[in-house]
Amino acid sequence: MNSLHALLALLVFPGLLYALPMGWLMLGSERRVVARLQGRVGPPLSQAFYDFVKLLAKWPVARTRPDALLFAILPLLALGTSLGALALLPVLPRPGGAAGDLILFVGLLEMAPLCAILAGFASRSIYGEVGATREAILGISSNVPFLIALLALAQASGSLELARVAQAPWAVRAPALLAILCCLPVKLRINPFSVANAEQEILAGPLTEFDGPRLALWELAHALEWVTLSGLVAVLLLPLHRLSQPVGALAFILASFALVLLLATLAAATARLKPAQATRFLWRWATLAAAIAFATALANQYWRA
Amino acid sequence: MGTLENPVLRLVDRARRRSAWLFHFNAGACNGCDIELVACLTPRYDVEQLGIRLEGSPRHADILCVTGPVTLATREALATIHAQIPDPKVVVAIGSCPASGNVFAGSPRIAGPVDQVIPVDVYIPGCPPRPHAIIQGIAQAIEILVAKKEDEQ
Repeated sequence: MNSLHALLALLVFPGLLYALPMGWLMLGSERRVVARLQGRVGPPLSQAFYDFVKLLAKWPVARTRPDALLFAILPLLALGTSLGALALLPVLPRPGGAAGDLILFVGLLEMAPLCAILAGFASRSIYGEVGATREAILGISSNVPFLIALLALAQASGSLELARVAQAPWAVRAPALLAILCCLPVKLRINPFSVANAEQEILAGPLTEFDGPRLALWELAHALEWVTLSGLVAVLLLPLHRLSQPVGALAFILASFALVLLLATLAAATARLKPAQATRFLWRWATLAAAIAFATALANQYWRA
Repeated sequence: MGTLENPVLRLVDRARRRSAWLFHFNAGACNGCDIELVACLTPRYDVEQLGIRLEGSPRHADILCVTGPVTLATREALATIHAQIPDPKVVVAIGSCPASGNVFAGSPRIAGPVDQVIPVDVYIPGCPPRPHAIIQGIAQAIEILVAKKEDEQ
């Protein structure tokens, strides 16, 4: 029963069957919202899907064997781990046994950026290397508040199980959510934190040397990252354990989509920060919010004891 | 080869028609054509609604847009970048310089016009061509891109 549930989560909801169209829709609507706010019509909502099919149908330029191997494995790994992280989100209640675990979730979630960094260095392109370095710097800066916030939630709920972590008391959850929201545009590489893939400066950053199907896999992994991260916030925001299953799922979908629109608005309204400015913001404000969450969690526990 | 009966090939054709990514190469242009090409992305013309995107890396591109008469210094780079674009690909020569050399024709410092270095599919004449003309040229290039079936299985 349990493995069946896990498989369903991976393949149906919130996994593949839901995440693929949703990811494409999210990427498409992000571009569309940015276009509308810039006074343009923008691409159709299905744009990301067509981009994916087109890239998949291209014939990549031949590479030497070790390169080709790396270039195939890294995006596949990023795609698989993103999907795994997504499947762990506690949207629907799971009866018994291994429900989502916070440590596994974070580990899977962080694989995709790590793969991107490796890909940047493996491509030996100067743009790829600069992009990978920036990605690493921003990754560290965003992960410190991100992980502190998650730790605070785990501390407050007294559990590492994602379903219980998501229902931590609001005194902790509110500042933790704030910290996580600050990290979201960094992890999705959108304005004002589009430092690692800064198009006008370093082309496509770590993915500069990827072509055809290999790039398509990256785009897909990126779409899944959108679904996962917006889903994480939705799970933290909604009282999913109190809602019935279909209502909970619907609320989850709507909340993640609303968050995407919000992020797109932010992306359209801001310009790119310099790497130093971006890291300063994260270390100062996001870490402050996360620290408040952690202190509240500790204080909560202290008063209760 | 790609018959209308095959839904996968039809989907691929549709995707290619709706998602053309450009790479812009300045082969010694005066910047006039480059400005007109970028103007196509502005709210007034907004080619992004056709799925067209200006990409930073030639490896992501479908259509190579060349401006300028191809100076000696850019000849090799042009050939390299053309080789880096994965098939199927289309080359568009924007402006009079890449088509004929324009005022630079006969100069010892140019290696062009472009078709001396790489094969060209679409010429967009003008010095510089208007954004309308560029969009029309890109639309033609997309049709050629969709029709390029020789690399298909």
